[in-house]
Amino acid sequence: MSQNGNEPRKHTIAVLVENKFGVLSRVAGLFSARGYNIESLSVGETLDATVSRMTIVVHGDEFVIEQVMKQLHKLIDVIKVSDLTDDDHVERELMLIRINAEPQHRAEILRTADIFRAKVVDVTPLSFTLEATGDEEKLEALIELLRPMGIQELVRTGKVAIARGPKTRARKTVEPPKRPRVPDDPRVVGFAD
Amino acid sequence: MKMPGARIVLECLKREGVDVMFGLPGGAVLPIYDALYDFEGLRHILVRQEAAAGHAAEGYARTTGRVGVCLVTSGPAATNLVTALQDAYMDSIPIVAFTGQVPTHLIGNDAFQEADNCGITRPCTKHNFLVKDGKDLGPIIREAFHLAATGRPGPVHIDLPKDILVKEAELVWPQRVQMRSYNPNYDGHPGQIKKAARLLARAERPVLYVGGGVIIADADAELRELAELTQTPVTTTLMGLGAFPSAHPLSLEMLGMHGTYYANMAVHHSDVLVAVGARFDDRVTGRVEAFAPHAQIVHIDIDPSSISKNIKVDVPIVGDCRRVLRALIEAVREELGHDVPASVREGRRQWADRIGEWREKFPLRYEWSDDVIKPQYVIQELSNLTQGEAFLVTGVGQHQMWAAQYYKFRHPRRWCTSGGLGTMGYGLPTAMGVQAGQPGRLVVNVDGDGSFAMNSQELATCFTEGLPVKTIIINNSGHGMVRQWQRIIYKERYCAIDLPGVPDWVKLAEAYGCVGLRVSKPAEVVPALEKMLSTPAPVVLDVCVDKDECVFPMVPAGGANTEMILAPPTREVRDRAARSQTGF
Repeated sequence: MSQNGNEPRKHTIAVLVENKFGVLSRVAGLFSARGYNIESLSVGETLDATVSRMTIVVHGDEFVIEQVMKQLHKLIDVIKVSDLTDDDHVERELMLIRINAEPQHRAEILRTADIFRAKVVDVTPLSFTLEATGDEEKLEALIELLRPMGIQELVRTGKVAIARGPKTRARKTVEPPKRPRVPDDPRVVGFAD
Repeated sequence: MKMPGARIVLECLKREGVDVMFGLPGGAVLPIYDALYDFEGLRHILVRQEAAAGHAAEGYARTTGRVGVCLVTSGPAATNLVTALQDAYMDSIPIVAFTGQVPTHLIGNDAFQEADNCGITRPCTKHNFLVKDGKDLGPIIREAFHLAATGRPGPVHIDLPKDILVKEAELVWPQRVQMRSYNPNYDGHPGQIKKAARLLARAERPVLYVGGGVIIADADAELRELAELTQTPVTTTLMGLGAFPSAHPLSLEMLGMHGTYYANMAVHHSDVLVAVGARFDDRVTGRVEAFAPHAQIVHIDIDPSSISKNIKVDVPIVGDCRRVLRALIEAVREELGHDVPASVREGRRQWADRIGEWREKFPLRYEWSDDVIKPQYVIQELSNLTQGEAFLVTGVGQHQMWAAQYYKFRHPRRWCTSGGLGTMGYGLPTAMGVQAGQPGRLVVNVDGDGSFAMNSQELATCFTEGLPVKTIIINNSGHGMVRQWQRIIYKERYCAIDLPGVPDWVKLAEAYGCVGLRVSKPAEVVPALEKMLSTPAPVVLDVCVDKDECVFPMVPAGGANTEMILAPPTREVRDRAARSQTGF
């Protein structure tokens, strides 16, 4: 049931946190305690080793997401929370997938991998293991195409997302101050232009 | 200067201005107690059960406005403390709780008296710390006190492994606390304040809905000024009692599930509701869809996550109550300077009349009896005898509601009750903490027989430590509030509510070295109260009251605040209440 008439949907939230003992547990605990629906969570260090970045995919309507963001902010170790869903952003996820490789399917699998720019990272007489990165749609499509061959095992990292850069560069030009033209030659008294 | 970790802890407490702490020793914290042996300037009050240490710290913090401190050992002691931490978390009370922990190399090894203290308290504290290095003790303690006392206050837990307490380290005391991830916003947004001022100045049926936040911010003077300036009636939550004098003509007293008829009706029919330092708790709102349906809501709160959490508000203002109220008063003065239309003035007059009618129609009342003591009478007489000046603490249950309804509060920070968590057994240990912070003042614990039994062992602490707390047990031989619900909503299917007359409270009090008194007839009440108040020792007054009394008004769970039950219900009302049981 959603309030405000908004439909629940997936939101991608980026959280910057202090890289301290227990912070992952705090965030996970917050979600479990309040009953919010985590679809995926990935975390890693940033350029600043004292700051980690988490990308969380949450399912909910506007009202729920507003509370999620506020509750995240309330945690003492959380530095910044941004909802990337409606802004321009790039999302990627990494997937490792091991499929049955019957002799008659092997060429097909390699072609599919090629189309999706996936890499083959393991080959055995009975299986191929592919590594693929992309956004959610691409990975879902790859899984669907490989399903008929028989997927043995599948592991995904969860999304990471980053905001796109600004579209225009604000060019700041500093005009040199206008100085009156002074003639070098003492015989010239002024300029006609 | 190098010193053992245990001594660093005590030095830090001294620098934070702590003068009393509540605790109970154990193996993991022996180093601290050894350092305490010859440490000047810090009083340690030995309690009989660790939860009592936590509750005492709460009582101390609430009435003095300072941060309460408690110290317990590892394992079972830390887990015993969890109830008090969750209670402080729900009611936003600043305490710093120290727990012992097994040495760092044994953590995770299922050692003796080991528990994952930090893991267990993570959800019930504002923040917690596990100290891994002695040189971090100073910065951590400084940060802990800062977190506990600022923004929305709350409990902070520090876990101290034993080897850290023994090892020598440098005492590092930071000059300032600066946290990039924690910067509460104290000043409200001027645009929002102006909007709120305009709404309030032109409201025809305004109500001020005041919560514990006003007391935490010490904003009672500003509240009074605003109420009197705009002639707005004021209703308080359970936590906000004392923020506005109960006897003031503009006071509607408490609202909510057991609030007064006139307060609930006023909020329901208001056109502008200004919420200050309150969080729209479910005990106050009743059925959310039916709460203040015609009102534009202004919400002033320091915690952004409280705003629009249960009820969407129209003018949210994040900030400290005191600062925002001050700015709001100036903005309202400016608005009132412009022309306020005559229709508004007329509307206000009618509003005041209407509220007067509701007050007359359904005041708080109970039926007198010459044979059996009515609990409401006891509270009334207590209020008269103490003139509303006592420090009042309660347990949880019917007696708590009667104390909230019938005691005429005059000042803030004299009322301690477990609101958010509703912890039975809260009364006596908290009263001890209040007394420790208010030596020489009168502290009264209004308790129930069920609640009192949960922490009655603290009578020993009262006796040994010279804390002359006066306890009144509203004794109805059972779990009164549960009995009331089973009577009204569960069709008199009474189950597991009887507490037959054991222990003999008078004998128990005397066994603990305290004074025990008992009354069972209405005529005996006032003399006994007078005797109790004038005895300079801890007293337990066992008052045998009418078992069948219920707290009215009552909004059945899942009902709207206008569906109050005002008197012992007929079958029809009971059936309706049973059907509306959709909430908790």
